[in-house]
Amino acid sequence: MLLELADVSKSYPTGEGILHVLRGVSLALDAGESLALTGESGSGKSTLLHLAGGLDRPDQGAIRFGGQDIARLGDRELASFRRVSVGLVFQQFNLIPSLDVGHNLAFQARLGGRHDADWTDRLAERLGLVKLLERYPEQLSGGQQQRVAIGRALAGRPQLILADEPTGNLDEATGDAVLDLMLALLAETGAALLMVTHSTRLAARLGRRLHLTAGRLT
Amino acid sequence: MLAQGFLALLSHWRRHRLQLAMLLLGLALATALWSAVQAINGEARASYARAAAVVGQDRLEQLVRADGMRLPQSDYIALRKAGWLVSPVIEGEKRFDGERLRILGIDPVTLPREAAQVDVGAEDIGLSRFITPPGLFIVSRETADRLAGAATPPLSISEALPSGTVLTDIGIAQDLLDAPGQLSRLLIDPRQPTAAKPLAEVAPHLVRRAPVAESDLSRLTDSFHLNLTAFGLLAFAVGLFIVHSAIGLAFEQRRPVIRTLRAVGLPLRTLIGLMVAELLVLSTVAGLIGVALGYGVAALLLPDVAASLRGLYGAEVPGTLSIRPSVWGLGLAIAVAGTLASAASRLWRIAAMPLLAPARPRAWSLASERSLRLQAAAGLALLAAAWLIVGFGAGLVAGFTALGAMLLGAALILPLLLSVLLKLAAALSKGVVAQWFWADTRQQLPGLSLALMALLLALAANAGVGTMVQSFRQTFVGWLDQRLPSELYVTTRSAAESLQVREWLRQRSDAVLPIWNAELRMFGQPVQVFGIADHATYRDHWPMLEAEPDAWDRIARGEGVLANEQLMRRAALRLGDTIPLEAGVSLPLVGVFSDYGNPKGQVIIGVDMLVKLFPDASRLRYAVRIAPDRAPQLAADLRRAFDLPLENVVNQATVKDFSLKIFERTFAVTAALNVLTLGVAGLAIFASLLTLSGMRLSQLAPAWAMGLALRRLALLEVLRSAALASFTMLAAVPVGLGLAWMLLAVINVEAFGWRLPMHLFPLDWLRLFLLAVASAVLAALLPALWLTRRRPADLVKVFANER
Amino acid sequence: MNARLIILMLLLMAVPALAQGFAGLGGDAQGFAMPRRGVPLAFPRDHGAHPDYRIEWWYLTANLKGDDGRDYGAQWTLFRSALAPEERPGWQSPQLWMGHAALTTAERHYSAERVGRGGVGQAGVTLAPFSAAIDDWNMVGHAKPPADELSALTITAAGEGFSYRLELDAQGPLVLQGERGYSVKSAQGQASYYYSQPFYRVTGSITVDGKEIVVTGQAWFDHEWSSQPLAKDQTGWDWFSFHFDSGAKLMGFRLRDQGDGFTSATWINPDGTPEPQPPGALTVTPRAWAEMKGHRVPVQWNVSLPARGVAVTTAPVIEDAWMETQVEYWEGPVRITGSHPGVGYVEMTGY
Repeated sequence: MLLELADVSKSYPTGEGILHVLRGVSLALDAGESLALTGESGSGKSTLLHLAGGLDRPDQGAIRFGGQDIARLGDRELASFRRVSVGLVFQQFNLIPSLDVGHNLAFQARLGGRHDADWTDRLAERLGLVKLLERYPEQLSGGQQQRVAIGRALAGRPQLILADEPTGNLDEATGDAVLDLMLALLAETGAALLMVTHSTRLAARLGRRLHLTAGRLT
Repeated sequence: MLAQGFLALLSHWRRHRLQLAMLLLGLALATALWSAVQAINGEARASYARAAAVVGQDRLEQLVRADGMRLPQSDYIALRKAGWLVSPVIEGEKRFDGERLRILGIDPVTLPREAAQVDVGAEDIGLSRFITPPGLFIVSRETADRLAGAATPPLSISEALPSGTVLTDIGIAQDLLDAPGQLSRLLIDPRQPTAAKPLAEVAPHLVRRAPVAESDLSRLTDSFHLNLTAFGLLAFAVGLFIVHSAIGLAFEQRRPVIRTLRAVGLPLRTLIGLMVAELLVLSTVAGLIGVALGYGVAALLLPDVAASLRGLYGAEVPGTLSIRPSVWGLGLAIAVAGTLASAASRLWRIAAMPLLAPARPRAWSLASERSLRLQAAAGLALLAAAWLIVGFGAGLVAGFTALGAMLLGAALILPLLLSVLLKLAAALSKGVVAQWFWADTRQQLPGLSLALMALLLALAANAGVGTMVQSFRQTFVGWLDQRLPSELYVTTRSAAESLQVREWLRQRSDAVLPIWNAELRMFGQPVQVFGIADHATYRDHWPMLEAEPDAWDRIARGEGVLANEQLMRRAALRLGDTIPLEAGVSLPLVGVFSDYGNPKGQVIIGVDMLVKLFPDASRLRYAVRIAPDRAPQLAADLRRAFDLPLENVVNQATVKDFSLKIFERTFAVTAALNVLTLGVAGLAIFASLLTLSGMRLSQLAPAWAMGLALRRLALLEVLRSAALASFTMLAAVPVGLGLAWMLLAVINVEAFGWRLPMHLFPLDWLRLFLLAVASAVLAALLPALWLTRRRPADLVKVFANER
Repeated sequence: MNARLIILMLLLMAVPALAQGFAGLGGDAQGFAMPRRGVPLAFPRDHGAHPDYRIEWWYLTANLKGDDGRDYGAQWTLFRSALAPEERPGWQSPQLWMGHAALTTAERHYSAERVGRGGVGQAGVTLAPFSAAIDDWNMVGHAKPPADELSALTITAAGEGFSYRLELDAQGPLVLQGERGYSVKSAQGQASYYYSQPFYRVTGSITVDGKEIVVTGQAWFDHEWSSQPLAKDQTGWDWFSFHFDSGAKLMGFRLRDQGDGFTSATWINPDGTPEPQPPGALTVTPRAWAEMKGHRVPVQWNVSLPARGVAVTTAPVIEDAWMETQVEYWEGPVRITGSHPGVGYVEMTGY
C-alpha cells in the first residue's frame, strides 16, 4: 500500500467558530493506482489532498506513506518528503514565475536530488515544451503552463502525484488533452494519482472514485 | 453614501496599522529633515537680514571711501555744512571677555528714521545715558547672556539687533575702537534738500554706495545654506520612496474595496476625490508631525550650525530657534505635494481601471528589459548632462544641478545594473536553490528598485561627503602646520602697547613677526591686506600653490603681492597680473597660497609696503618665533608684563586646536544629516519589503510546496535583502567618488573659492558597506520572521481554487 | 514769551531722541542754573549759548514783500536743549541742537527741520563774530565794532523746495524784556532771561521751487534761555508779534488752560522803549477757523489792547501755515487791519 489515511480529521478556526473540514476520513491508495476524489465545493477534498501531500498536518488520525506516518514528521522532514515523494499539480499551475520553463521543469527534481536530464528532456518532448524551454511562465498559455506543472511533478519520478482540479482553469478540449497526456505519462512511470475534481466526467476516467460530502467519505 | 464610502476606504488602515505607521513615519521623517534644514536656514537668514538691516544699510544709500578705509569725522561735518543730510556710523570689532562683538556706533540724533531700529529715546534707554560715558550697549538677549559678567557698559536688550552686534553711541564706539574722529560710513537720509552742494565739491574722496539689500554675510553663507538645502531635499526624496511604496501597497490591497464601491454606484470621480481627501488628511497629519520633529532636529543641530557659521564666516546666528510660520507652511505643503505626487500614478491607474478588473492583487510583473533599458538610457543622459554642466557651466547652482543630475542619473541606471548583475549571478551559480535565489531576487527588483535607488543615493551621499570631509581634514591639518609655524600669536590692545610689546619680545625671542593688516575693496569685494616681514618662517612654510621663483624677494622689496586662492579664483587672476592696492599703486601678483576656511579674499605684501600704503593699518598682532619648549614660559611672562588677557597671547597648539574644532563642528551637521538620510533609506527598504511581503507569499508558496522549508526560505529572504544592499553599495562607491570629486573640485571652488586634493579612504567604505548590509538585514528581519510564523494553512490558500 | 518755552517742551516730549530732557524736567532743575532777578545781561557775551541752562533759542521771523508785490514770510530758529548742565568735548557733549526753518508764500507754506549734537561742530553758537548755525543753516553777524554783534546779520536756510538768504540791518536798539531782561513767566515765579531785536530792516532773496524772488521787509529776533518747566494744565498757546505801520511793535500771547487762560503783552515804542502790560490787559478772540492736515485752527483773530487803543484783526498770508516738523504747530505771517494796520507773525500750538 502506497498511501493510507486513517481516521483523519482537520478543522480550521474561522471568524464564525471552528470549521470542521474533514471528519474521520480513511482511504487507501496502492502504487500505480489512480483515484478520483469528487465532492461539492467546501466538502474538504482539497484539504484532504494537501494533507496527503504533506503541505499541512491533520488534527487527528494518521497519514501513512510507504508505511511512515507523515503526520508525525517535523517541518524539515516534511519538506524532504515533499521534495522526493510527491508531485503536485494545481488548478492555478503555481509555477515559479522567476524561472524559465526549463528551470521550472527541473526545479523539484533538482531540489530532491533526483534530477535526470534525459528523463526531463523526454518529458519536455512528450509535453510539447521543447520550444518553450526558455520562456517564462507569464509568457505561456494556461494549457502550456499546466503541461509544465505536470512535467515538474513527474520530473523527479515521485511515487505519488497529487492533482487539484488540474484542468479547472482550462477549456474542455485543452483540459482533456492535458489529462490524456498526464494519464499516459503516469502509466509510463507507474506513479499513483490522487486527483480532486468536481467533474464526474473526468472522475470516470480514473481507476477508482470516492465522493466526499461535508468532510466524510460517502 | 459619501461618508460610508470614505469609511470603507479608511477601514483599510485599521486592519493594516503597520502600513499606516510606515506611511506616516516615512512622510513625517521626510518632512522632518526637510523642515529641520528649512528652520535652520530660516533662522540664519533672519539673522543675516537683521544684520543687513542694522542702521538701515539695506534701505539707505551710504557714503563711503572708495578704498574701504575709514573716513575722517571732518567729512561728516563738511557734508552737513554743505546741506547733506547724512548720519555718521562707525563699525568695528572688539573682544569682551573672549566674546568677539561687532561694535556699531551711531548718532541717534541725526539717524534717519529708516535706520532707527531701536528707540534710543525710550524710557528704558534714555538719550542721556546712551551718549554719556560709559554709555550703553544695546544688544540682543542672546548676546546679553553671552556677555553676562563681562566688563562692558550697562546693557539694554533689543531683539531688533542681530546676535553679536552692539549698538552704541558713536562717541562711545570711537573710544572703544580706539578710533577718535574716525567714521566708517555716512548714511544718506532719503529726504535730501534740493540745495545741497555736489559731493565732488565737498568730499571728492567719498563715493555713494547703493543700499545693500543682502549683506556680505548672506552672500558668503549662501553656499553653506544651499548645501544644507540640497541635503534636505535629498533626505526628502529618500523619504518619499517610503511614502510611495506604502501608498502603492495600500492601493493594491484596496482594489477589491474600490471595485465594490464602484459596483454599488459610487461615481469614479467621487471615489478619486475621496482618495485624494484621504491622502490630504494623512499627509497633513504626517506633515504636522514632521515639522514638529523637524524643529526638534533643528534645535539639536542649530548650535553646531551656529558655531560653524561663526567659525567659517564670522556670521552671528543665535543658537536658539524661533518658530516661523513659513517653515510650517512650507513643511506642510511639501508633505502634501510629495504625497500626492507619490500617489498620482496609483490614482491614475484606478481611474483607468475597468470596473470588473480581477480582485486578485496583481503580481509584480517582471519588468521588461526594455523599460529598464529606457530608464538606464535616461540615467546615462543625465550623467552626460552632469558632465556637460561641469564642463561648461559656472556657479554654485550649476554645480548643484550637475550634482543632482549625476545622482539621479546613477539612481536610474541602478535597476538595470542590478538586473544584469543578478542575471550574471544566476548564470554563474550551479545549485538549483542558488539559481532560484538569484532569479527570484531579480524578480523582486521592480518592487524594490525605488527603495534601492533611495539606498544608493543615501550611500553615495555618505561615501561622497565622507570622502570630501576626510580629504578636507587631511589637507586642512597639513595646511594648518604650514600656516601656523610660529610658536606664539600675540594681539595687543593699542598702538602704544603694540610698540612696547614688540620691543619687549624682540629681546626675548628669536623673531617677532608683525601681522599687520588693513581692509580694502578690490574686484568688488572686501579684501584683507596683510603685511609680513621677510623671514625664513614664511619662506620655508607658507602654503604656496604656485609662485614665481623669486616671490619672497619681491615681496620683501615691496615689488609683489601674494593672493589667496579664493581671491585668485574669484577675480580670475594669474601670476603677473597687477593688483590695485591703493590709488595709483598696483603690484604684480607673484604667488598664490591656499587659505582654507577664510571666506574673504586676502593679499599679502611686505610689511613696509603696508605701512607706507595704509598708514591707518591695524598694527596690533605679532607672531613670535621661539624654541617650542620656551614658548609657554614666554607667554606667561608676556601676559604678566603687560597684563594681557589670556586670549591675547595664544600658542600654536591652541590656534590649531581651535581651528580643528571649527572644522569638526562645520561638518558635524553634514554628518548628522548623512546618518539621518541613511536611516531614512533603511526605512524605505523596510517599507518596501513590508509591502512586498504580502505578495511574496504566492511566489514563495510553490517553492515551499516543492519542498523548501519555511526557515530556509526566510533565511534566503534576509540574504536577498543583504545581497541587494551589497550590490547597491558596489554601485554607490563610484557614485560617491564622483560626488566627492564634484564637491571638492566644483562645489567647494564655487562656494568657498578653494580646490582640495581628493584622498581615498577605503576603510570608510568598508564601514559604510557593513552599515548598508546591516540596515538591509535589519529591514528584512521582520518580514522574514513573519514568514517563519506562517501556518501551512496560509500557504496552502495560495493553491486553493479561489482565494 | 512763555509760548516759545512751551513749544520747546512739546518738541522735547515728541522727539523720542530728545525725550530725556523733558523727562528730566522736574521742579528742581537738576543742577541747571536758574535765572536770577537783578543780574544784568552783558553783550556780546549773552548773545552766545548758555550751556548751564536747560533750554535756549534764537528765533527770527520776517515779514517780507517780494519784487512781485506779494507777501512772504520767513522763519529761522535754533533751539538748544541740554541733557546736563555742562559742556563736554566731542560726542560726549550733552548739548542737543534743533533748527526750524520755514518760508511762506500765498500758495504754500514750506518748512524744514534739522537736528544735531553739540561738541563736534555740526551745530552751535559762537561769538566774535556772532554765528548761530546748524548744518548749512546760518545766522551770521557781520557788524563792525563797536556796533552790537546782532545789528547786522545774514541768515540762510534751505529745505525741500525752498531756500532764502536775508540780510538784516537793525534800525533800533536791543529790547530787554521783563525786568531788564529778567522775564517772569508765572505767578509761581518761574522766569527766563529774554531780550529781543524787533527792528530789523530786511533785504535779500528767497527761492521757491527754483524761482528766485527779491524781497524786502522787516524782521523780529528773540533770544531766550531758562531751565524751568511750565504748568501742566496748559494745553497750548497763541502768540503774536506785530510790526505796526506806525513803527511801534506789540508782542502778546495767550496761554490756554482749562480756565480763561492767561494773556500777557509788551508794547514797544518806535524808539525801542518797552512798556510791559499787566496780565489780562490783552484779549484775543478767534474770528475764523480752518481745517488743515487734520487740525482745526483759528486763522483770523481779533486782538485788542484797550490800554493802548489797539483793536485789530489779523488775516494770514496763507491759511495753511502748518509746520510739518516732528512736533507740528502753526506759524506764519499775517496782515493786520483795524486801529493799527501793519504786518506780523502768529504762532499757534496745541490744536
